[in-house]
Amino acid sequence: MSALVQAHDLAKTFDVSPPWLNRVLEGKPRQLLQAVDGVSFEIEKGKTLALVGESGCGKSTVARLLVGLYEPTRGGLNFDGQDAHAAFKVPEGRKLRRRIQMIFQDPYASLNPRWIVEDIIGEPLKEHGLITDKAALKARVGELLKSVGLSPLDMVKYPHQFSGGQRQRISIARALATEPEFLVCDEPTSALDVSVQAQVLNIMKDLQRERGLTYLFISHNLAVVRHVSDQVGVMYLGRLVELADKQTLFANPRHPYTRMLLDAIPEMHNTGRARTPVQGEVPNPLNPPSGCSFHPRCPYANERCKSERPQLLSIAGAKIACHAVEEGRI
Amino acid sequence: MKQTLARWLDSDVGHSFRTSPVAMLAAAIAFVCVFCSVFAGWVAPHNPFDLTTLELGDARLPPAWEAEGTAKYLLGTDDQGRDILSALIYGARISLVVGLASVLLSVVVGVSLGLLAGFHGGWVDTLLMRLCDVMLSFPAILVALLIAGVGRVLFPDAHESLAFGVLIISISLTGWVQYARTVRGSTLVERNKEYVQAARVTGVAPMRIMRRHVLPNVLGPVLVLATIQVATAIITEATLSFLGVGAPPTSPSLGTLIRIGNDYLFSGEWWITVFPGLMLVVIALSVNLLGDWLRDALNPRLR
Amino acid sequence: MSLLQVKNLVVEFPGRRGTLRALDDISFEIAPGEILGVVGESGAGKSLTGASIIGLLEPPGRVASGQILLEGERIDNLGHEQMRRIRGRRIGAIFQDPLTSLNPLYTVGRQLVETIQTHLPVSAEEARRRAIGLLQDTGIPAAEQRIDHYPHQFSGGMRQRVVIALALAAEPKLIVADEPTTALDVSIQAQIITLLKTICKQHGAAVMLITHDMGVIAETCDRVAVMYAGRIAEIGPVHEVINHPAHPYTVGLMASIPDMAVDRERLNQIDGAMPRLNAIPHGCAFNPRCPKVFDRCKSERPELMDAGATRAACWLHDAKSRGGAA
Repeated sequence: MSALVQAHDLAKTFDVSPPWLNRVLEGKPRQLLQAVDGVSFEIEKGKTLALVGESGCGKSTVARLLVGLYEPTRGGLNFDGQDAHAAFKVPEGRKLRRRIQMIFQDPYASLNPRWIVEDIIGEPLKEHGLITDKAALKARVGELLKSVGLSPLDMVKYPHQFSGGQRQRISIARALATEPEFLVCDEPTSALDVSVQAQVLNIMKDLQRERGLTYLFISHNLAVVRHVSDQVGVMYLGRLVELADKQTLFANPRHPYTRMLLDAIPEMHNTGRARTPVQGEVPNPLNPPSGCSFHPRCPYANERCKSERPQLLSIAGAKIACHAVEEGRI
Repeated sequence: MKQTLARWLDSDVGHSFRTSPVAMLAAAIAFVCVFCSVFAGWVAPHNPFDLTTLELGDARLPPAWEAEGTAKYLLGTDDQGRDILSALIYGARISLVVGLASVLLSVVVGVSLGLLAGFHGGWVDTLLMRLCDVMLSFPAILVALLIAGVGRVLFPDAHESLAFGVLIISISLTGWVQYARTVRGSTLVERNKEYVQAARVTGVAPMRIMRRHVLPNVLGPVLVLATIQVATAIITEATLSFLGVGAPPTSPSLGTLIRIGNDYLFSGEWWITVFPGLMLVVIALSVNLLGDWLRDALNPRLR
Repeated sequence: MSLLQVKNLVVEFPGRRGTLRALDDISFEIAPGEILGVVGESGAGKSLTGASIIGLLEPPGRVASGQILLEGERIDNLGHEQMRRIRGRRIGAIFQDPLTSLNPLYTVGRQLVETIQTHLPVSAEEARRRAIGLLQDTGIPAAEQRIDHYPHQFSGGMRQRVVIALALAAEPKLIVADEPTTALDVSIQAQIITLLKTICKQHGAAVMLITHDMGVIAETCDRVAVMYAGRIAEIGPVHEVINHPAHPYTVGLMASIPDMAVDRERLNQIDGAMPRLNAIPHGCAFNPRCPKVFDRCKSERPELMDAGATRAACWLHDAKSRGGAA
């Protein structure tokens, strides 16, 4: 059975050059930001792929590429066998938008402050003409609110009358309105308190089980990722450095960056453990290092690492982009 | 209706209104002016534009409290026997109508262009912003004068309403820029917010997103600007009328009255120009104060 | 003698619709050189506690009652000028956003030297020497050159190091750090909390570390206070509070944190939400959400009492009610 979502060599470049006039008068060059540089993965139906990484790694850009907010500069996305971006452009392809939805990070900015909740959740239904009868629409919005643990009476309220966690649930209800199969979640719980995060993550897991949803879960928090994902992809400066199923990645991380990330997480119950000191910071994405972009911070870097970009290779049940691993040095 | 009013009065904005004597006074004065203007036919003691009721013998009478004045003409009469008080009321009506209409037109044009520029970005944005810069480099009065003057030349036998149309257009053409800029800035911010992205993911068309999602969120500052600009528009109209290119003499606005009275100022008949001038100041000041209060009340930081 | 003593502190926000009590009678102490963590969720009042101590409460917020004592002297009732002298010299501050903590128009060196010279009687050369030393201590490479750089020339993590150096510049005895690592990446966060710990021990400064991240607390602090709805729910040594929590809120909180060590199907959740300031329940603020609630909780507010190795504000640990409920 082929996977529901297949991304192949996705890449996105942004032009962040100074305005034309400045370039002409000050002689400044064009500047291109390679936010995503060749990312490939597959997600099977009903499963969750988590993408982790630090700032500038491109995971949010990948999320937006998958829902059609951006056009890829290179590469393609297949959804249920069809070319997603070609479909997005064509009017008939609007049906595809019903099947893919997104949940955002900021619960305060993801709901229009001037709309009541009923209109917010009902918009996708109206937009796609799925329900035209007003009473039926109200009923459906009420159902959706109940499915995320809120009351149907809440539909007449404005977003500012809800807490962060409740707003995030409203976002989930909105995303579920068109009965999608694939949900892209961009750090949905990063802005929430720990106990509220637990509530929202539990709801998301329940919904996935009940409806057979497929998730792409973006996060920088490895503990959360461990809880929700089936497969994990680690990104660094626009590239996938390791892609493995959850147990393998956490039990036996191979790539030096993955190891560094796992090591850096503050541990609650095993305090006083000595840590390997972490080197350096994420470089400027506008000017990435040559070859393997992690080499300035890597304790195992050699000459090949500085000049040749490693490919994502299957090694021992995981996919890893590292020369040292490939050569058996670590 | 009562419930909405009660709810508004209890809100932060309503509370700010109730505790600000300036705002309440300004609102009261503005309300009185608007009321008199709307119901001018009933409020004004005479109809100064009905030529049949004018008596030339009553011309240039001083206000009632002076020696030669009469109670019939409370604020005196002008050179043609028109009651100043009535002329004030009718003139205020014209000033207010022109002021409000031109601001309305400015808002519609400015907000639409600003939304378009902010949402579309790219060359549309650059073009519109350069247009704004060009418009701002001309003094407003000169532009209005130019358009009004050209209008008169093009339509010499113009019907009255055409003259008003030209006047309103000339004032609004200089006022739209500030709305366009403010709305463009707010649109640029709102465009990147996640609720707009959510709508795009759902597949809502850009025009619909602009109109239904972004527009309600960028109108706040527009309200404040518009209120303050009503005062500016009224004064601009008065200036144009004073210079002779504004309201036609058959329906004089406050500016026209001031001009008429100007000629008699030095022969001692001060009331013909002073009272219209005072009325203009009162209207402009009360609207300005209302606008100031509104800006502070709507400022989320000060709440 | 403790370095900082907070006694029955009450902070209120008088408003149009009544007065809100943001901090309701909190008391704790910090010993010299100790790192105390203050943890809690949004709205619990942890940032306000820090702000009250530094004297940066935004009006209309004000200290309604209680005392804050620094080395035995009261600092909550001082005027602006006196508080200004204390700030920087005896209490240093580190805030969340390194971008806005530094003045973008001045070089890093100038800001450091200015702070040093304002509070310490040293010459300009000596101040500069100390500034370079501080930058080196905080791990900034090539400190002699970078001291003359502007804040925008540093990356996020580097900027936070500069902020730490700035906080330590006048050799304060106490540093209040409000979410110092929240805006940083995980790998940088690890570096910064290690730095904070070592450099404060080195300079002999006590730290009040305010954060919502229990993991950071676990790695850095000696003791921790858990706040809920403007009150302290539990306070004690870090290992004890994390591994043997006594207050049901702390128990629930620890259980809802996804843990790297344990793989669970469902995270434990505490139903409901923290009450708003204008709707705090009678008795114990946590009682509507508490799985172990009984009658006394709804009518009487518990004070901090001994609960094994920690102190918790919970009637479950009161000898009198233990017979009746547990």
